[in-house]
Amino acid sequence: MNGVHDVGGMQDMGPIHIETNEPVFHARWEGRVYGFNRTLAAWRKWNLDNTRWTQERLPPAQYLTMSYYERWFNVILKQLIESKLVTPTEIETGKPAKGSPKLTPALRAEDVASTFTKARFEGRNRAGAAPRFAAGQRVRARNMHPLGHTRLPRYARGHAGTIERDQGVFPLPDTNAAFQGENPQHVYSVRFEAPELWGAQAKPQDVVYLDLWDSYLEPA
Amino acid sequence: MAKSKKPSLARRRFLKGAAAGAAAFAANPQGGESQHAQEHDHDHDHQAVPSDLTLRVKALESLLVEKGLVDRAALDAIVDTYEHKVGPHIGARIVARAWLDAEYKRRLLTDADAAIAELGLGGQQGQSMRVIENTPKVHNVVVCTLCSCYPWSVLGLPPVWYKSTAYRSRTVIDPRGVLGEFGLKLAEDVQVRVWDSTAELRYLVLPERPPGTEQLSESELAALVTRDSMIGTRNVSSPGSSSQTRRK
Repeated sequence: MNGVHDVGGMQDMGPIHIETNEPVFHARWEGRVYGFNRTLAAWRKWNLDNTRWTQERLPPAQYLTMSYYERWFNVILKQLIESKLVTPTEIETGKPAKGSPKLTPALRAEDVASTFTKARFEGRNRAGAAPRFAAGQRVRARNMHPLGHTRLPRYARGHAGTIERDQGVFPLPDTNAAFQGENPQHVYSVRFEAPELWGAQAKPQDVVYLDLWDSYLEPA
Repeated sequence: MAKSKKPSLARRRFLKGAAAGAAAFAANPQGGESQHAQEHDHDHDHQAVPSDLTLRVKALESLLVEKGLVDRAALDAIVDTYEHKVGPHIGARIVARAWLDAEYKRRLLTDADAAIAELGLGGQQGQSMRVIENTPKVHNVVVCTLCSCYPWSVLGLPPVWYKSTAYRSRTVIDPRGVLGEFGLKLAEDVQVRVWDSTAELRYLVLPERPPGTEQLSESELAALVTRDSMIGTRNVSSPGSSSQTRRK
């Protein structure tokens, strides 16, 4: 979806505010919201792509004015309701519905460290998706405007680049976000010359790399 | 503001102004935000927070715990993990090792996941790390234009500026201008490589080792390596230089 989240190349978002000695969380509630996101994900009722897609569908004015963790909080509420883990009435009253079963949390405190810092990526040798491209090959990002989720930013669409590296096999966000299957594909690091993306105002020596799924690309 | 869940757009725009920060939080005397307002000035992008958010988050936590969906101790452990255990010091260890051991650096640049695992470290489920090297002629900088992808397992959680639309939007179109805002001016003969984290690859910049560090130990080197140098918005300063005293 050509949404408000896809900001690459916009120029009117103001100066970058750099905070010195910035805390990890600016208030207690931010850490709790971060924790909700990570613990609730363990129920596997949704996936990371769906979380991003849910956030992308916040009304644009809200997306831009909400703080980061406020956006997350609203996404979590929506996912809780859509997955039926929680009912709207329960959110309103703050109390579990009468007779609802008491569950056992999917993520326990003792599993936090290993889950978040000890995992190994296993996607390089995943079966079922032959690569269509190889390092050094010229490709073009497709000119596509799906109404669903995608990880092909607008600023790269229609532009030509060079495959830098095959990064391995990953679920396709476009279908995974909508619970329509993982459709694993090769992801490539694709190098675009800056003037190809931005015209003569870009420095000819500069480059932008994007990680793009196989089906986002066509031979150039 | 205190009772309104949906302030008007004009009101929200007003609240975006830095001067409004203190007034907005004054409406929330019991929350953590008022303390926050006293701790540092509000020159960043996260202040337009409805004052009932503290209470709404608290209410949701009670509900989730009562339903057995969330273990409160797990929430505490997650917050503790990112406040005290996982942060830029992990990335700095990796950088220092690479500076001292050319063979390790080669492995790190070729297969970062395996090289990071050599140090007893891991990553996040479903993600793969890549380490990209700065040289006198190449400067790398990392961004996520579509959301806020960041190498949590080696740098912890990102600063607010990394997640801001200002940084996300302009880094791809005007990287030299953005780096200038961090005080980094790059020569014309340096190539800027911007890495937009559009998939599940997570990028760590291997900054250049500064001069004057030949005698330093691995841990002394690691202490020089800043978060921003591993994102690519600054370089690592030599020990004792003025910018080292305000390092980030």
